[in-house]
Amino acid sequence: MSQDIKKVLLLGSGALKIGEAGEFDYSGSQALKALKEEGITSILINPNIATVQTSEGVADRVYFLPVTPYFVEKVIEKERPDGILLSFGGQTALNCGVKLYESGVLEKYDVKVLGTPVQAIIDTEDRELFVEKLDEIGVSTIKSHACNTLEEARQAASDLGYPVIIRAAYALGGLGSGFCDDEEQLNAIGTKALSFSPQILVEKSLKGWKEVEYEVVRDRFDNCITVCNMENFDPLGIHTGESIVVAPSQTLSNRDYHKLRELSIKIIRHIGIVGECNVQYAYDPQSEDYRVIEVNARLSRSSALASKATGYPLAFVAAKLGLGYGLFDLQNSVTKTTSAFFEPALDYVVCKIPRWDLGKFQGVDRELGSSMKSVGEVMAIGRTFEEAIQKGLRMIGQGMHGFVGNKELKVDDIDKALREPTDKRVFVISKAMKAGYDVEQIHQLTKIDRWFLQKLMGIVRTDEQLAAYNSINDVPATLLREAKRKGFSDFQVARSVIGDGEASLAVRQRRKELGILPVIKQIDTLAGEFPAQTNYLYLTYSGVASDITLDKGSVIVLGSGAYRIGSSVEFDWCSVNALQTARREGYQSVMINYNPETVSTDYDMCDRLYFDELTFERVMDIIDLEQPHGVILSVGGQIPNNLAIRLDEQQVPILGTQAQYIDNAEDRQKFSSMCDRIGVVQPAWKELTNMDDVNEFIAQVGFPVLVRPSYVLSGAAMNVCSNQDELVRFLRMAANVSKKHPVVISRFIEGAKEIEMDAVADKGEIVAYAISEHVEYAGVHSGDATIQFPPQKLYVETMRRIKKVAKKIAQELQISGPFNIQFMARDNDIMVIECNLRASRSFPFVSKVLKINLIELASKIMLQAPYERPTKTEFDLDYVGIKASQFSFSRLQKADPVLGVDMSSTGEVGCLGDDTNCAILKSMLSVGLRVPEHSVLISSGDAKQKASLLPACRQLMDKGYQLYATGGTYRFLIENGIRCTQVYWPSEEGQPQALDMIRQKEIDMVVNIPKNLTTRELSNGYKIRRAAIDFNVPLITNTRLASAFIQAFTQMSLDDLAIKAWDEYGD
Amino acid sequence: MVLEDGRTFHGTSFGYEKAVTGEVVFNTAMMGYPESLTDPSYSGQILVMTFPLVGNYGVPSAQEEANGLSSYYESDHIHVRALVVSDYSEEYSHWNANRSLADWLKEEQIVGIEGIDTRELTKVLREHGSMVGKIVFDNGEDIPFENPNLVNQVAIVSTREVEHYGNGQKHVCLVDMGVKQNIIRELLKYDTHITVVPWDYDFNQLTDIDGLFISNGPGDPNLCLKTVEHVREFMKTGKPIYGICMGNQVLSLAAGAIVTKLKYGHRGHNQPVRLMQDGKPTEKCFITSQNHGYAVDNATIPEDWEPLFINMNDGSNEGIRHKTKPWFSAQFHPEACSGPTDTEFIFGQFFSLL
Repeated sequence: MSQDIKKVLLLGSGALKIGEAGEFDYSGSQALKALKEEGITSILINPNIATVQTSEGVADRVYFLPVTPYFVEKVIEKERPDGILLSFGGQTALNCGVKLYESGVLEKYDVKVLGTPVQAIIDTEDRELFVEKLDEIGVSTIKSHACNTLEEARQAASDLGYPVIIRAAYALGGLGSGFCDDEEQLNAIGTKALSFSPQILVEKSLKGWKEVEYEVVRDRFDNCITVCNMENFDPLGIHTGESIVVAPSQTLSNRDYHKLRELSIKIIRHIGIVGECNVQYAYDPQSEDYRVIEVNARLSRSSALASKATGYPLAFVAAKLGLGYGLFDLQNSVTKTTSAFFEPALDYVVCKIPRWDLGKFQGVDRELGSSMKSVGEVMAIGRTFEEAIQKGLRMIGQGMHGFVGNKELKVDDIDKALREPTDKRVFVISKAMKAGYDVEQIHQLTKIDRWFLQKLMGIVRTDEQLAAYNSINDVPATLLREAKRKGFSDFQVARSVIGDGEASLAVRQRRKELGILPVIKQIDTLAGEFPAQTNYLYLTYSGVASDITLDKGSVIVLGSGAYRIGSSVEFDWCSVNALQTARREGYQSVMINYNPETVSTDYDMCDRLYFDELTFERVMDIIDLEQPHGVILSVGGQIPNNLAIRLDEQQVPILGTQAQYIDNAEDRQKFSSMCDRIGVVQPAWKELTNMDDVNEFIAQVGFPVLVRPSYVLSGAAMNVCSNQDELVRFLRMAANVSKKHPVVISRFIEGAKEIEMDAVADKGEIVAYAISEHVEYAGVHSGDATIQFPPQKLYVETMRRIKKVAKKIAQELQISGPFNIQFMARDNDIMVIECNLRASRSFPFVSKVLKINLIELASKIMLQAPYERPTKTEFDLDYVGIKASQFSFSRLQKADPVLGVDMSSTGEVGCLGDDTNCAILKSMLSVGLRVPEHSVLISSGDAKQKASLLPACRQLMDKGYQLYATGGTYRFLIENGIRCTQVYWPSEEGQPQALDMIRQKEIDMVVNIPKNLTTRELSNGYKIRRAAIDFNVPLITNTRLASAFIQAFTQMSLDDLAIKAWDEYGD
Repeated sequence: MVLEDGRTFHGTSFGYEKAVTGEVVFNTAMMGYPESLTDPSYSGQILVMTFPLVGNYGVPSAQEEANGLSSYYESDHIHVRALVVSDYSEEYSHWNANRSLADWLKEEQIVGIEGIDTRELTKVLREHGSMVGKIVFDNGEDIPFENPNLVNQVAIVSTREVEHYGNGQKHVCLVDMGVKQNIIRELLKYDTHITVVPWDYDFNQLTDIDGLFISNGPGDPNLCLKTVEHVREFMKTGKPIYGICMGNQVLSLAAGAIVTKLKYGHRGHNQPVRLMQDGKPTEKCFITSQNHGYAVDNATIPEDWEPLFINMNDGSNEGIRHKTKPWFSAQFHPEACSGPTDTEFIFGQFFSLL
């Protein structure tokens, strides 16, 4: 290891967004752990305050600042690190690092890039350099031939060999592209494409080729290993982040596997990676022909998956290699006795499935393709493929029970749905199989390898065999065992046999009688060849004995499952803190979770990790085996919370608030009557049973109304509806979510403040709390809102009333542990919107701003361990925290980037400042906004909104910005003495056109305030908003937020922002 | 399936049905069953695959190249006595396959069973060491245990006749201890012609050979003392010698070292070895394919020899080299098939000495 490295800067990836999510919290945390082990001082820049890596004790110093060249240089200037790590914070960190290298900043401050040299990164990032580089060693890549005439295109196609794909150059959205099987088709499509564009690109068509990835590691001594290979279930054409992926590959022979492995090593050597990289291949299903698709010279989503799939800590090892170690110097961290220079041998199969939330976006294109849209993923482990995939399909958590046994999917045209994949494709396959399609037909339509389809067909056959019986007791033990080996849940068995999944407990009973029970297996990296003290576990029915014996009395923490809109890294932070507290209190800490992007599924974080389902069945299996002291349900979000009643019915010891009280809070009726009893005000509400009642109720209270089923699932089940149209649309969706529980409608107050209280109580008495306020008025989903903590604009009287109400509720529900209450306030009147007896999204944010770990405190209380009552409160803070939301609309083609009805942010940041302006500015820059240089386009909704935006417009004018405004806004601004230029809506005649100005980058920021919350057609506003997203122009759609941001950047410049680390605030 | 310590595992047959006995060994490779099954080094053994899914890509045809070598196999038939897996894939999918693994096993009258907890079985073998076992069928014949290591397995699998391959310049004599055909394919990539001789053939009578190559093979090297004698005699010529696997053990015995049985052997594609220089580890490491139950005792390597490679997991010997003469060897399989190809360069090293 090189001795002159004493201080290292690590760049994080910022807010979670589509394509860059929790996996970088995991890889960054691992790298920081490696630095710590070496006694190196670590500095972390990452505005994502909900991450584990930004927790106390992980890095030596944390800056909640944007990962952009400007801020990173400032931190370098201040901290003077010896080295910098660029490959642990995704594309964000890599891009920023390359810019700092190119601008000479790294050289200026003598900061050494550790690991892969920057030139190697550039060689892989620049398409032309990349192709050139691989040409040097005779490795095939996908090449485009640019042709200006049809003749040239014909030549290119015959050189490449048919089939080819033609694309019109410089055309967005695939206009004029198409596949050609022969020259005749080429003539036709080529002529058309040339009419769109002066140039066309001809590429070999690799449609239907397999997609295979290798994770490769190299040290500075040129020793190389491939840690894992992975095969996509979906053939080429679907982004690997959108594909179901298995590890190791299942349809490659030894020749196939090692051909690609050998190439991977050749490539990593030639490029000169030191650390880790990922090589993606297209592989011909009919020969041994291949193309390299791309090389990622950094830790990636795939490397996080490979780490979890194999138990090989890639990020940790890559960090060590960056410091100069050889692979031979490092130990296998699972066996602790063998070398880190080895390739894991798996004795199980892993299946990754993406989690989409496309239902939350209006207008979004649902078809899967070459861009990523999924917001999270799950990883399932089994000893048969069927077991792994069925587990995985349950884990994605969208009401599916596996490959079969689901509610009937409505598909108009099965052929089309197979040919043109959407987020539902795997279930379309299930439907097709039941409809009589054979493997060959489905293969022809989907190009999915027959082997995968054969296995899926096997699941359907087993389902049919089960369906032949009418009573669970009649099913032969062999068939039942076979079904369980193929990953059938008790629910699926029950549904198949007697048509009622709710009878799953009877199946469980029967299984126990027959001795059909799962066994615990370890993931040990060496397939059992060497003894390993590993605590990384999964359950399977393919086995006769468990690998471990258990001591009773552990504490089980249920994790949060797949990241999705409304539940992501913040619950991972909560879970990790609960585990650590349990451990410190002397309990064996046990985690159940299945999200490969998390730190909680790092086997170092607990005494035992069950990488397995969070279904009632599997949690009960583990509880039966563990015989725990207790189970913590309140730190993993809604999934564990929903299990409370059923676990309680099985006499499972639940730590903290008891199930009956959880039910009292979750069940709207019970909660409301409780509120009435203790004199807590709620907005008027009514339970819905039919449309007539609804209409009658709304006639009384008027629109807008808040609608929700009594069990709330993120934003999908809680919405503000402003009119009849929206109401009907939403009710249809909500009813799908939860049939068992009725839907509730309540009055919604416009222009009200929304206030959150995160708190911890002990036996009904509040021990610590944090009250924060939303910048936006009520109506923006709390997950999308910008949150200020401590509140700067709340009346003391309001705060006092909130505390009083919370005290009553805590007492009444006998809360022990974390909880969150949302309030609406107008003047000093406060009303309770909802109450969750679990940690909320904002727990890490308020904990870190307040510097009191509320989860640690809550966990101690749940464990009935001694604790100290915090003496500090938010009133003592002399700084401000702002939590802002990150949106991923640019990834979601056609989606309307407007806030309101559903939660749509994919992540968040939290920044600190000495005042609100400072914190707002840092946080808005962290989520990708830029301070506009010259010009701002404003179209500001209704009269009230126009008026409220007026001060901000004046500030812009005074600061010398050129303002552009659409008709109504233009007139309003002029009337009020604001200089501005009129621009025209797409539907209007006249110049300049707003869209053109956005396209031509003449606008630096767009403020577009929708008039109301109605379902929008392809309206003017939509077109402007969408254009802003598509042309990467910062967009704000909320008056309050726009005002706050404009105020911040007109009153202070970037240079005024103090570059202060977390530890430099307060104290 | 019954182990000699009395432990039993119940599975289902997917291959030929007959009672068999042999040494039960496990392999941690995740693919490469056609190559492994035809590897003569498995002679006498019941092979347990730790990777649960087997049979996915079927079996390639028995097609042969013009020189008589098989296109896809490592010998002309299956050498394991039985194959034990967790989850056999009844249907297969691969462009190069022409039948299922089950069909092939039945055709060659080899036993195959599935539904076995191969991880548990592996742990048993790891803790107890390799054991003799047998597979018997319901209502079928029972047979006594038989330890194949008491029999000279090399004599069973070695060629009966002298064979010739290639027509290049340099003449390599390849002693067939149970040779994998990829060793021949690798040597033929260079400007060589090869004479393959039986294990007990006295190649010292061939005076025009430029170098001696001793192949891999099954069982206990201490039963191949005839070969050892011949190698010792050949050393007098000072010509290059290279040994792979059994070849390493034979060369070591000829040098005067001792070869003993490992507790459960090394079988898999992920075995790390480190290159040694002057008795010290270098910074060069390789991932290797391995299949052996016996190993050279490092402590017994004579003065004028030294370890060439060391296993990074357990420190066992992975090859030796003479300090001055062009004699060296590898315990692992540079010819791969199945497994990683990282050490293929060794054939080039050997050729450059000729």
